[in-house]
Amino acid sequence: METKNLTCIGCPMGCALTVTIDGDEITVTGNTCTVGANYAKKEVTNPTRVVTSSVRVCGAAIARVSVKTATDIPKNKIFDCMAEIREITVNAPVSIGDVIIEDCAGTGVKVVATKNVAAK
Amino acid sequence: MKQYDIVIIGGGPAGLAAAISAKNAGVSDIMILERDESLGGILNQCIHNGFGLHTFKEELTGPEYAARFIAKAQEMEIPYKLGAMVLSVSPEKVITYMNKQEGLVQISAKAIILAMGCRERPRGALNIPGFRPAGIYSAGTAQRLMNIEGYSVGKEVVILGSGDIGLIMARRMTLEGANVKVVAELMPYSGGLKRNIVQCLNDFNIPLKLSHTVVGIDGEKRITGVTIAEVDANRQPIPGTEIHYDCDTLLLSCGLIPENELTREIGVEMNRVTSGPNVDDKLQTGVEGVFACGNVLHVHDLVDHVSSEAALAGENAAAYVLAKAETESAHKVTLKAENGVRYTVPQTIDVANMRDSVTVRFRVADIYHNRSIAVYYGDKKVMSRKKRVLAPGEMEQVLLKKDSFKDYPDITEITIRTEEA
Ligand SMILES: Cc1cc2nc3c(=O)[nH]c(=O)nc-3n(C[C@H](O)[C@H](O)[C@H](O)COP(=O)(O)OP(=O)(O)OC[C@H]3O[C@@H](n4cnc5c(N)ncnc54)[C@H](O)[C@@H]3O)c2cc1C
Ligand code: SF4
Repeated sequence: METKNLTCIGCPMGCALTVTIDGDEITVTGNTCTVGANYAKKEVTNPTRVVTSSVRVCGAAIARVSVKTATDIPKNKIFDCMAEIREITVNAPVSIGDVIIEDCAGTGVKVVATKNVAAK
Repeated sequence: MKQYDIVIIGGGPAGLAAAISAKNAGVSDIMILERDESLGGILNQCIHNGFGLHTFKEELTGPEYAARFIAKAQEMEIPYKLGAMVLSVSPEKVITYMNKQEGLVQISAKAIILAMGCRERPRGALNIPGFRPAGIYSAGTAQRLMNIEGYSVGKEVVILGSGDIGLIMARRMTLEGANVKVVAELMPYSGGLKRNIVQCLNDFNIPLKLSHTVVGIDGEKRITGVTIAEVDANRQPIPGTEIHYDCDTLLLSCGLIPENELTREIGVEMNRVTSGPNVDDKLQTGVEGVFACGNVLHVHDLVDHVSSEAALAGENAAAYVLAKAETESAHKVTLKAENGVRYTVPQTIDVANMRDSVTVRFRVADIYHNRSIAVYYGDKKVMSRKKRVLAPGEMEQVLLKKDSFKDYPDITEITIRTEEA
């Protein structure tokens, strides 16, 4: 049996959640509503995050174009994903939604541009 | 001198939303003056996501949110100038700006919308003697350096202040390979959003030390370390609690203040708490035809609120220009913030000429559990809403309907306060 303490981010209450994992049995206490319970279950079974960063851009008035993973990726892939993002350089122009990386760190998720950058 | 119907100072989310709604309300002779080389304001450097949940029902990054409003403004052919720094505004609504193409220019406007945003509290926050070596940045400056200009800011980092920008930068620098050692917060609570504490600090096991401040900085040319200490109830460092961290970078995230040099020059009445101008329910300042919205009026944490507030300012400025609005105020009521409510925006309501409803926004002074927010018309309580938690970092609002004033024809004061539930 394992217990974890989390803070719910569902609303400003920020309930202090305690999750007990006993095999397949997951119990959540400390939540005021079901949002907290669902959040805690997801956090202990399959936590995911959207990663946002920026990559070098050549031939533009600014040095970086911002990017994000198109959907959330497993939390433990964040640093692998960042390692790939850090290697990338793109050329202006770039438009929002342009695919920067097709499959980031084997997650099957694209990395896309989040800023329009004109060529200089 | 060229005259415009409406001149908007600042092309961030507030300026853009104001322009769009002014044009929708029937005024086309608009000019947005933006000192930066692009529209979008501070959102251009806020590359994290979490913007627009209320407005677009999806989570956008800052640049994506800005792009939607920029595209809309361009589609509506709203004129704007970039690299145009406004230097002064007179009470007669003469605006002086400067840009590369035109040099120094004077224009006049029938109505002005102030949308200059805010800037970070300067280093004064770091109230300690000694050297000021390199490697000390405000969090927002570091954000701009990294996300737009592409510099690597530092490797071993301490952050003072747990406002949202500090939290966001803790994650950002961690993702870029830096080691963020600690976030020290002077207050016993964080001014940042819960979600940012969880996703920017807890996710990466970055410790948050509440009631702590920086008491010493090492290094002459470049910072080599900082010492933090716990503070007592009077925010004085407690001897013996010092902890030393080696670092090459110190970020300061000590809050934002509205950028109101121009506003003061116009001579409008300012608010001591918000550092913005006092406004009525039309978001009009003390000078007729001068409106304010967004972070220049009061610091917002959600851009969605900025956009809706600014849309209202735009609409009212248009109505003023088209002279649809009643200018004579028949029944002006003052809003009073009390007992844990720090301020309200607007500060006055013209009940006779108000719209069907007005949203009153405010912040509380401390973290409160199980209190209610009560609204009094004169000394009669007309509304009370129980809240399980209230926090200074989260803006609150109440909606006052025009109908609700029917039975109170003579009130002069509305009070908004917190009360034990
Ligand atoms: C670091 C940071 C993180 C944030 N994170 C979030 C978030 O996660 N979610 C969310 O919803 N909100 C967030 N916000 C809040 C939101 O982004 C802001 O409230 C919003 O951008 C404010 O819009 P604004 O138009 O009032 O100001 P700004 O965006 O600051 O725009 C003001 C504009 O006016 C221009 N200007 C100023 N003075 C002059 C002058 N004299 N002449 C000409 N132009 C001038 C400036 O260049 C600027 O472009 C964040 C804010 C910051 C600072
Ligand atoms: S459990 Fe419910 S009430 Fe508590 S923080 Fe989460 S969403 Fe809010």
